[in-house]
Amino acid sequence: MDAMPKWADVILIPVISIVLAAILSAFVILAIGENPWEALKLMVSGALGSTYGWGYTIYYATNFIFTGLAVAIASQAKLFNIGGEGQALLGGLGVAVICLFIPWPHWTLALIGAAVGAALFGAAWAALPAFLQAKRGSHIVITTIMFNFIAAALLNFLLIGALKAPGMEPATSKFPEATHLPSFQDMFNFGDTTFFRGAPANVTFFVALAACVLVWALVWRTRLGFEIRSFGESESAAKYAGISPTKIIMVTMLISGALAGMMAINNVQGEAERLVLNAAEGAGFIGIAVALMGRNHPFGVLLAALLFGFLYQGGAELALWTSIPRELIIVIQALVILFTGALDHMVRMPLERLFLAMRRA
Amino acid sequence: MDFATLLQMLDATLRLATPLLLACLAGLYSERAGIFDIGLEGKMLAAAFLSAAVASVSGNVWLGLCAGIGASMILAAIHGLASITFRGNQLISGVAINFLAAGLTVVVAQSWFRQGGRTPQLAGDARFNPIDLPFAEQLREVPIIGTIYYELISGHTILVYVALLMVPITWWVLYRTRFGLRLRAVGENPAAVDTAGVSVIGLRFAAVAICGVLCGIAGAYLATALQAGFTKDMSAGRGYIALAALIFAKWRPWYALYSCLLFGFLQAMALRSDVVENVIGFALNNQLLDVLPFILVVVLTGFVGKAAGPKAGGEAYVKER
Repeated sequence: MDAMPKWADVILIPVISIVLAAILSAFVILAIGENPWEALKLMVSGALGSTYGWGYTIYYATNFIFTGLAVAIASQAKLFNIGGEGQALLGGLGVAVICLFIPWPHWTLALIGAAVGAALFGAAWAALPAFLQAKRGSHIVITTIMFNFIAAALLNFLLIGALKAPGMEPATSKFPEATHLPSFQDMFNFGDTTFFRGAPANVTFFVALAACVLVWALVWRTRLGFEIRSFGESESAAKYAGISPTKIIMVTMLISGALAGMMAINNVQGEAERLVLNAAEGAGFIGIAVALMGRNHPFGVLLAALLFGFLYQGGAELALWTSIPRELIIVIQALVILFTGALDHMVRMPLERLFLAMRRA
Repeated sequence: MDFATLLQMLDATLRLATPLLLACLAGLYSERAGIFDIGLEGKMLAAAFLSAAVASVSGNVWLGLCAGIGASMILAAIHGLASITFRGNQLISGVAINFLAAGLTVVVAQSWFRQGGRTPQLAGDARFNPIDLPFAEQLREVPIIGTIYYELISGHTILVYVALLMVPITWWVLYRTRFGLRLRAVGENPAAVDTAGVSVIGLRFAAVAICGVLCGIAGAYLATALQAGFTKDMSAGRGYIALAALIFAKWRPWYALYSCLLFGFLQAMALRSDVVENVIGFALNNQLLDVLPFILVVVLTGFVGKAAGPKAGGEAYVKER
């Protein structure tokens, strides 16, 4: 029998972890001479106080859903994919190539094409680390970190070289009109009232929601998903049951890389409409915190991604109006990873004792 | 390439290999005791910031060094708490520490110095300055040996010599002392160590603490010796390269020195792309030179022999009941 009811495991522990992270962040804000309460109010009004704020929150959340799902599905097989950042950068390259060099008639087709391109490039970037883990036993954590650095250099190389548009900036030229995705502003425009004006949230959000459903179905409703989970639970038992470790590592990492890469249809095709330097902006790393908070479940990832979307947009508002730099969000992200991932037992043990005591009483 | 240029390259190699070597030996203690540590990067970064901050305020680099070691030790304590006491996932704890350092250093630097997340430039006693070894000046004119002594061996900061000295010390501690034997044992078979009546938790905390000290020196070296002040993300992946160098060295001190020198040489090549062009006859792309160490890591860990780390690495120890 479990020491705790399932709801406590799924809801209570993440909530306590985020509260602990919030308290420590408040101390950091206090220590640098700002008022945490004012900061929180500013974050809430900036991120949730208007449809404009919501538009940004949802836009960031869309990024984090993809990278969060990428980390989550790899974690199901007990693989730690830290390479989401590099895979998302490569996904951006895929989107750019597809959008720039193929004359698309309509955005719907361009979206499908770009999604496939992003997924393929992202998966390709995960393929070698996966292969080395499966066949050579080199640790996937090390190789994926290295591939993040290599991806950044590759994109630098291409954006000041082959793909650079005329002008000073290291970026590609603007994608053609037909590939532009409808933003929320275009979709929720009712004559005299326009919602989400000027915000970058776009149709990709619905692709991200679909990806959540698909990942859920894949992991919990298919044979492959069962194999992935069995492999994650016990490699030796999975091997004994005839599941090939090489196949599971490869397939899981390819799916993971594809998901991280698909983030690019949101930020590259949907928002920037061209490929710029460092397009992923750390979203690949936030995926780690999102997956940990979301307990590697697509629905949890969705909620955690919305929370981090809020933090990201709120953090941008803070940087704009106060002297709190944007890097505060990295501190919060680190604390969330620390409490939900590494210090899980610290939160869990007293709770388990509490529930056991309650049951006896 | 003439002799003088070669010496310059090797000199740069030594300077750039120093932080890698210190971090690599730090990781060696930790991993030999069974605690994975991808937080080397973050500990170096935190130490780099605090050492530069304290050195710039106090004007005394030794105070800076102590502060840097302190910052690194705090993060090491968090890692120990998470991975030893609370038996958490060591990789995730390391990742969290890296982000914590990346974020906090900039937030605090901005709050203290208001220079866009950096510290003021350090000069004079706020930096580690090159020291001349005895007779360097007199021996300078002696052909070859004297030149090597003057150009390559003499004229580094004290921390370079500390790092080099740490290699035999680490070897001696690991293979010739009781503590070292127990440390290695706790990474291979903690249950056996426990049965012998030695505290697994104590040994592992000791290893993590040593790791913290060495990472602190490495970070302080970055900000107060190699460069003159802290800049955002200045560790630039060195912690990860050190980790890879450790794997390539198969967790042994002398091999750690060699692999760190190799990576230092690659970084020196990136600094002197003109020399590389002269030697190989054509220009290599700068981005390629910059990522050469990272590519080499993938190649080395992937294609050159299988490396098996300490058997109990990454596993928290749970006493049998």
